[in-house]
Amino acid sequence: MTTLSEPTDARVIGSRLGLREQVGQIWAYRHLLLRMVRKELKVKYKNSFLGFFWSMLNPALYLVVFWLVFQVLLQAGIPNFPIYLLSGLLAWNVFSTGLSSAAVSITMNGALVSKVYFPREILPLASVGAALVHFFLQSVVLLAALVAFRYDVSFAHALAIPPALVSLLLLTSGLAIFLAAANVYLRDTQHLVELGLLAWFWMTPIVYQQQIIASRLDGKSWEWVQWLNPMTSVVLVFQRGIFNVVSTANSGSSVRPIADTPGAVLRILPSGMDAGWYLAHIGAVALVGIVILILALAFFGRVAGNLAEEI
Amino acid sequence: MAPAIQISGVSKRFRLYHEKYQSLKERVIHAGRVPYEDFWALRDVSFEIEQGETFGLVGHNGSGKSTLLKCIAGILRPTSGEIRTRGRLAAMLELGSGFHPDLTGRENVYMNASILGFPEREIDAKFDDIVAFAEVEEFIDQQVKHYSSGMYLRLGFAVAVHLDPDILLIDEVLAVGDEAFQRKCLDRVHQFQREGRTIVMVTHSADTVRQVCDRAAVLDHGELITVAEPGETIRVLRERLFPGEALPESADGELPGFAAAEGVEGVEGDETPPPLDPSRDQARLRNLLARILDVSLEYPGSTERPYLEAGDPLIIRVSFKATVELDDFVAGIAIHDDEWRHLFGTNTHLLGMDFGTVSGRGAIEFRIDSVPFLDGTYHLTIGLTNSPDTLIYDWWEGKIQFEVMNPSRDVGTVRVPVAVTMETELEPARARKRRRLSAS
Repeated sequence: MTTLSEPTDARVIGSRLGLREQVGQIWAYRHLLLRMVRKELKVKYKNSFLGFFWSMLNPALYLVVFWLVFQVLLQAGIPNFPIYLLSGLLAWNVFSTGLSSAAVSITMNGALVSKVYFPREILPLASVGAALVHFFLQSVVLLAALVAFRYDVSFAHALAIPPALVSLLLLTSGLAIFLAAANVYLRDTQHLVELGLLAWFWMTPIVYQQQIIASRLDGKSWEWVQWLNPMTSVVLVFQRGIFNVVSTANSGSSVRPIADTPGAVLRILPSGMDAGWYLAHIGAVALVGIVILILALAFFGRVAGNLAEEI
Repeated sequence: MAPAIQISGVSKRFRLYHEKYQSLKERVIHAGRVPYEDFWALRDVSFEIEQGETFGLVGHNGSGKSTLLKCIAGILRPTSGEIRTRGRLAAMLELGSGFHPDLTGRENVYMNASILGFPEREIDAKFDDIVAFAEVEEFIDQQVKHYSSGMYLRLGFAVAVHLDPDILLIDEVLAVGDEAFQRKCLDRVHQFQREGRTIVMVTHSADTVRQVCDRAAVLDHGELITVAEPGETIRVLRERLFPGEALPESADGELPGFAAAEGVEGVEGDETPPPLDPSRDQARLRNLLARILDVSLEYPGSTERPYLEAGDPLIIRVSFKATVELDDFVAGIAIHDDEWRHLFGTNTHLLGMDFGTVSGRGAIEFRIDSVPFLDGTYHLTIGLTNSPDTLIYDWWEGKIQFEVMNPSRDVGTVRVPVAVTMETELEPARARKRRRLSAS
């Protein structure tokens, strides 16, 4: 006969879920989170011949297209463009794939949500987790490129990358939890997310350089608006650490619709900023991320008790 | 010992939108005036379930029993009130509901256990048992989309019961699967009971409540009607299900639902709604001049099995004690099906027997050479009366059941032996023609 576990503290199911209880439940179900991430990855590439190569092919295709459009056609003139693009794109992809799959994570798992109890926050978090795994897979491509070209990264600035990744995850998780719950009530959310992400992508200096925005806003009183986009700060850290070219002699042709530098210098990243400046920006993103996460959890806690019914 | 589950003042409101506006366009068009109605699935329900108890939640459809189970599981949260549960909890609201068709059986076992909140090392230790219980050894590394529905169910059940939950929540799952699987499930439930685990099950089968539960709660339109022993629960449930249709009390003391002396018993066919558990009425009329001490059933044709098969003999042995001398003693039996339709009844008077004067202890045997019923649970009623059927000495109803299994493929309630022969015009004619052809 198996012994019963000691009567532990009672679990209380009240009308609402407190923040502390929510976090406690997510922690208690952390092994489920890992399982869900594994499941998401496994199911995604089950029965596909190329499997995980697909997640590496995605940035490769972006690379080819953007290189053609921006370097060849528009003559943007960024040296080592593949490395510039990938360093920002990889960070963006965590945000983008995380959010778009999180938005449908609860509605797609309706059978599960209505029949089994587990902290539902796990579902959007698993989407973010899977996006993180893709990030590491795609990083392999970038690392291979860096090694192949014996590219000089800035180790001093690269130190800001892990904190940047953490704050990116905080931000993404908060939005993911909010969107997942919102989509149960309003199915438009998933479509709005797709459109919103498209716009957001072009508002973030990933394909073009941040200094284009900076120079347009230079000296204006509302210069600060560019920092309202937390993804700008995140992407800059990755670019500064990996791409590591602040400015370069402008080798582009005379036709430069995007590279607007008047002199012989093409400015790409903020100049003269040390790791501390980047860390301060990342700190701000982390703060925003935490606030969004707390608000999202509070929203989720309010509606979680009805998700099973509303699906 | 603290109760395993405390339900205090739980209410659950659902907002029923007349139309569900889930898209932005519809929300905008109907801005602020989406018509809805509040529907209270549960209203101020409070009771406790003790540790080690097997507890039934019964009620008709829409009574709120499943909503309550979902609240206990944490799938839904009450609108007000709270539920305290002590110990590890596993809910089986649908077997294999956590399964993903593209994952293998092995992966799904781990996944399912994680969803139920159990750590991986625990699954490692029990994995082989789970697979053996589910009888899917050869298929465990195949994707579950290739499983039969039976394999799917067995694996789902196996995972849930092997994880040693302190509290097991079951929602009608015992009603699925083949007979063998159901028996296996029931065995497992009994094992859980012996081990002192708490079981809460939603059911609308009176049989399940009677056979398995220690206590049950009756819910009706979201309100708790009673928490009681199974017999009382079933009585209350029947009363709620068929309100205002209580058995009429015959003026002349004729007993409805029982083989009456004159054989002019009213039609007990389909048009008569299933009566309330009539034990109350008859029980009230009992004078106990003779008492039924015990009723035992013997299955001479199937000593190994706890059930009969259609055509098996059945012996009903009634021991009784008459406290005074009775000179018009009649013993009767009646058989009802699970919907309390009267299938058969007889008594010693109708059978032309006269016992003379009866007193003291005695026993009487009814022998049925061949039970003609097909599948089902049948309820046996025993009555001791006088021969004009105006007095009831003692009356047992709803206490004794027997099960009949149907090994054949016949359908219906009663087995009627059938022999088949066939003749056709065509076939011999063709055969003759063929013979002629081959002859030429």
